[in-house]
Amino acid sequence: MHSDPNLYDFWPYRDRPKITWPGNKKVAFWVAPNIEFYELDPPINPSRKPWGRPHPDIVPYSARDWGNRVGHWRLMEVMDEFKVRGSISLSVAMLDHHPEIIRACVDRDWEFFSHGIYNTRYSYNMTEAQERAVLEDSIKSVMDATGQRIRGYLAPALTHTERTLDLLAEYGFWYSCDLFQDDQPQPVKVKGDNRLISMPYSLEVNDVITYGIYHQSPRAYADALMRHFDQLLEEGAETGTVMCIPLHAYLVGHPHRIGPFREALRYITSHRDDVWVTTAKEIAEFYMANHYDQTLADIARRGDARPGTGFNPQGGL
Amino acid sequence: MSILPDSYFTYAKRHAGPDHDHYPASPIIDRAPITLPGGVKLGLWVVVPLEFFPLNPSGQPFKAPGAMQTPYPDLRHYTTRDYGNRVGAYRLLTLFGKLGLRATFAVQGAVAERYPGLVRDVLSDGHDICAHGWDTDSLHHSGLSAEVEDGYITRTLDAVQTACGYRPDGWLSPARAEGFATPARLAAKGISWFADWAHDDLPTRFRTEAGDLAALPLSNELDDWQILINYTRPEHEWTTQVADAADWLLDEAGRFNSPRLLTLTVRPYVSGLPYRVKALGDSLKGVLDRAGAAGVTPRDLTRALSA
Repeated sequence: MHSDPNLYDFWPYRDRPKITWPGNKKVAFWVAPNIEFYELDPPINPSRKPWGRPHPDIVPYSARDWGNRVGHWRLMEVMDEFKVRGSISLSVAMLDHHPEIIRACVDRDWEFFSHGIYNTRYSYNMTEAQERAVLEDSIKSVMDATGQRIRGYLAPALTHTERTLDLLAEYGFWYSCDLFQDDQPQPVKVKGDNRLISMPYSLEVNDVITYGIYHQSPRAYADALMRHFDQLLEEGAETGTVMCIPLHAYLVGHPHRIGPFREALRYITSHRDDVWVTTAKEIAEFYMANHYDQTLADIARRGDARPGTGFNPQGGL
Repeated sequence: MSILPDSYFTYAKRHAGPDHDHYPASPIIDRAPITLPGGVKLGLWVVVPLEFFPLNPSGQPFKAPGAMQTPYPDLRHYTTRDYGNRVGAYRLLTLFGKLGLRATFAVQGAVAERYPGLVRDVLSDGHDICAHGWDTDSLHHSGLSAEVEDGYITRTLDAVQTACGYRPDGWLSPARAEGFATPARLAAKGISWFADWAHDDLPTRFRTEAGDLAALPLSNELDDWQILINYTRPEHEWTTQVADAADWLLDEAGRFNSPRLLTLTVRPYVSGLPYRVKALGDSLKGVLDRAGAAGVTPRDLTRALSA
């Protein structure tokens, strides 16, 4: 084990080279509905229990299934109202379990990225071959079902191995949502010549965190989203920032929560002159074409870069 | 490092619909409209659990929410829970009487046996009753033999029947905990509806090997335990959240031309406290004052399903 993942270099938030998003926009804004499947009786990974109670733990299970029957439809309606396309953090098995939800997303031209096969199958203790199989399954299954080549990844239930990011780069992923070190994208230090960036996923305004951990009321959450946005908009005049709202319809879709959330989304999208309302893949593509090298040069210029790649401080393949 | 077996990467239930056989996938937007009596657009279903928390719980297979916490004898938690059955429940009955709201009281067998007078008062105030398992330490789970679980169910139904004069056909499991076989065992014992699963906003049909149950929706996200205890939100925020939910659901009922349901579990030892009961009253009155809103009963909900 390492004391530092070494997946990215220190890059202080001052005097950074300017990022200008398309159309001279200051904030790149994206919304990430997690469209997930949690199994009623999943196999056990020795590093993490899937449920708190003995199987079947029907309270949280049925709460999540509620999202797939009720919540997603409500959230889609609100996102449609403000013309926000989703970038979907997808439990890939949802392609099989709920094709009706997938069709609705395809019809809306939403982006899919992989969030593992099930959110009850964790990456801990996977061999390299097993982890490759999950990535290959993800790429092929989404391609077969939607025609989209996925370019992003958020590890299932945020469970990783030391090799996860290297494998993403090797398989032609462009971005990872697994690192929360910044409000701008940054190159990830992966093996070989592949390019991978960290995409800001704004975990601190994820509804799982704000409801489940911080216990905010729905109106307080909406207020936090608007203030989060205001700050990133102000800073975005200096250099472009990224704001993501990671969501779970089984939480935000409830009738006492969706109304305040709708007001936050109305507020943010009413600033379209300054805000690029887009998807993670489009942000990644633009950043890699226009700002990836600029960032690397700026990090090198500051003299803070450390050798090696992720979990591999000596370098070498 | 442990090694994950290949079976961790095989997905036997990776097919259309959920990974169980109780109900198929069904997006709510594709559902046929339901009907509630009197053209009600927003049905308010209030469920009041009457629970017995033993002073000496086994805590198996887990400790129910609200169970004893300090070393034996935990008089603190025993008596605060018992306060609910002695005082809080009567405060709720008074409130419901003022509002003209007919609620559903989920009665545990141990409560029916110990406090038959409470059950009589609930009945004489015109409320509905369903069974709520034996007590909060008799949890249903897959480790129970059929004999033991059937015994929990029968003993509960017998005790509630003795107290209220009829055999309940509705069920809420203690802590909403079930084993894999629980729904079928309930159906086999004559239960026709239950409210353990929170997978939908509307009543749904729930298949078991012993026949169908009506699964009545009962939210875990807006009840007093979630908002006031888990999230530690102040009472006025709870009232606001209930009002926001009512607004959204009424609007949705209009747009989809199908009633919606606002479901609320209200615990006597939580909502029945002196400083909370007015806030609960504000919440419920706020809902009922809206045009098109009214209280609904389990019968209304099971009829909406079979219509």
